[in-house]
Amino acid sequence: MCCGCARRSRRAGNALSTTDTELRQIREGAGVDLPVIEDEGLETEELILNMGPQHPSTHGVLRLVLRLSGEKVVECVPVMGYLHRGLEKIFEWRTYAQGVRYADQADYVSNMLNEHAYAGAMEAIAGIDVPRRAEYIRVIVDELSRAASHLIWLGTYGLDLGATTPVLWCFRDREDILDMLEELCGSRMNFNYFRPGGVLYDLPVGWLAKLERFLNRWAKRIEQDYVEILDGNEIFLERTIGVGRIPADVAKSYGLTGPMLRACGVPWDLRVARPYGIYPELKSMQPVVFPEGDAFARYKVRLGEMRLAIKLIRECIDGIPGGPVRARLGHVWKCPKGEAYYTVEGAKGEVGIYMISDGRSPNPFRAKMRGASFVNLQILPWLLKGRLVADVIAILGSIDIVLGEVDR
Amino acid sequence: MPVQQERPAERSGVPINFEQDVIQRRPETTQAGLGSEEFPTRQGVLADEDNMVFTSVSNLVNWARSRSPWPLGYGLACCAIEMIATGASTHDIARFGAEVFRSSPRQADVMIVAGTVTHKMAPRLRRLYEQMPEPKWVIAMGNCASSGGEFWDSYSTLQGVDTVVPVDVYVPGCPPRPEALLEGVLRLREKIAKGG
Repeated sequence: MCCGCARRSRRAGNALSTTDTELRQIREGAGVDLPVIEDEGLETEELILNMGPQHPSTHGVLRLVLRLSGEKVVECVPVMGYLHRGLEKIFEWRTYAQGVRYADQADYVSNMLNEHAYAGAMEAIAGIDVPRRAEYIRVIVDELSRAASHLIWLGTYGLDLGATTPVLWCFRDREDILDMLEELCGSRMNFNYFRPGGVLYDLPVGWLAKLERFLNRWAKRIEQDYVEILDGNEIFLERTIGVGRIPADVAKSYGLTGPMLRACGVPWDLRVARPYGIYPELKSMQPVVFPEGDAFARYKVRLGEMRLAIKLIRECIDGIPGGPVRARLGHVWKCPKGEAYYTVEGAKGEVGIYMISDGRSPNPFRAKMRGASFVNLQILPWLLKGRLVADVIAILGSIDIVLGEVDR
Repeated sequence: MPVQQERPAERSGVPINFEQDVIQRRPETTQAGLGSEEFPTRQGVLADEDNMVFTSVSNLVNWARSRSPWPLGYGLACCAIEMIATGASTHDIARFGAEVFRSSPRQADVMIVAGTVTHKMAPRLRRLYEQMPEPKWVIAMGNCASSGGEFWDSYSTLQGVDTVVPVDVYVPGCPPRPEALLEGVLRLREKIAKGG
């Protein structure tokens, strides 16, 4: 695969865009009229294929029950719950400070964004003002976390489609991100960094300069490595362009959010549409939108979000003010009575926490989590109907689910 | 072409005295597994000057098995991401011969249980373990798989995977760093080489 793409990228350049549209037309034509086998009196029957829960391409422990007619998928029933850990119940049994740690576990490839939603819900109930330095730090770690999530998606999606190199390159760059987050909060994953009214630690000395160096290095790698190995790869284009097309109205009616929705041409990004933190002040914040709605468009949206993350972090590095990183809440802090629904734009879509506080107990009375992967996964049976078995992996991978967030 | 070592002139024609010639004149070898501290040489595993190795079949087989345990890629939750990171370029698990993550239990030697095992998943885990051919080993990766971890009071998770399958190596951490998993693989290699 690597040799092919290297050859391809040498002669890539302008020819790429025409290939892109041609392929899209071919695939869209093929998607409508699948080859029909003439019934010549042979006895045929449908096949039930059980995929998962132990399967390398279901990205966790999802189980798909496929009803097949030949190579065509007649029906797909996703079976979930193999990773149901009872997070929402555990939130009720833990104090507000401990709950942040459990919010980490939901979408475990972009942990900071869950923490942001959880801490934000507490702040919304109690009406806490977050110091500006903490808001800048939050944007930086959010975007780093989002980038780490997209890197994992890119690597594993390449692996799903038969390319081994992207996963090695993406994890190489993810290690750099994790090294920096580890320097910040002491852990590679499950950071436990957000607190009501700010973040736990201030930035270490010299951290921002290190981050700047990483961004320069990584921006080059995105343009050289990722784009060349996948955009210039004919197998990747064949298997993604025109596959898993979702029209914008269907996407809206299924409640899709995040890159899934933005790849259908709907410019809905919570960082702009329902702004929080300091996102409205950042000039480079523009939603990444592509109109095609297929798996390749989702790939382009996620790659665009990596570039956007670099821009946003650079803007934050330039503008970060001094001052405290946590609001003063006193040694024993109790959440006042009230309820709030706080959303952030996660790596997969809208991550929201609906929290009720009774004002007496040290634990939340109820904390409901909206998992973006769970909602996005609903469209899978609609997408797979009538498609070929070979496209199941390409379509499922392009949704970018994390089973921790689906099952919670 | 292998170079044949010449027997010293004064010893040609003299029959080999096992105690003197082999045990006491055993060369310091850098070859992994023989004479190193990690694998203490037992009676019978000896190399002499003619590049000959005396050993029992079981010792040889255990040594060979310990060199390349093929793991079953059994990723369940957060630890699975760290397991992939261990296999990826920075922490290269191929250095220890365990990079061949198999998707089928029929081809695997080691089951790395990476993540929280729920009550719904436990019967599937047991079935996959039974489908693995003998000999087989289990590494419980992370606190959830080792003891229930931070989900100690959850209504739907298993309190340690050792309630379902026998575990050889426990790797603590939430999730364990890739270095910790590598340490676990090395500990398992030791155990396999000792015939465990």
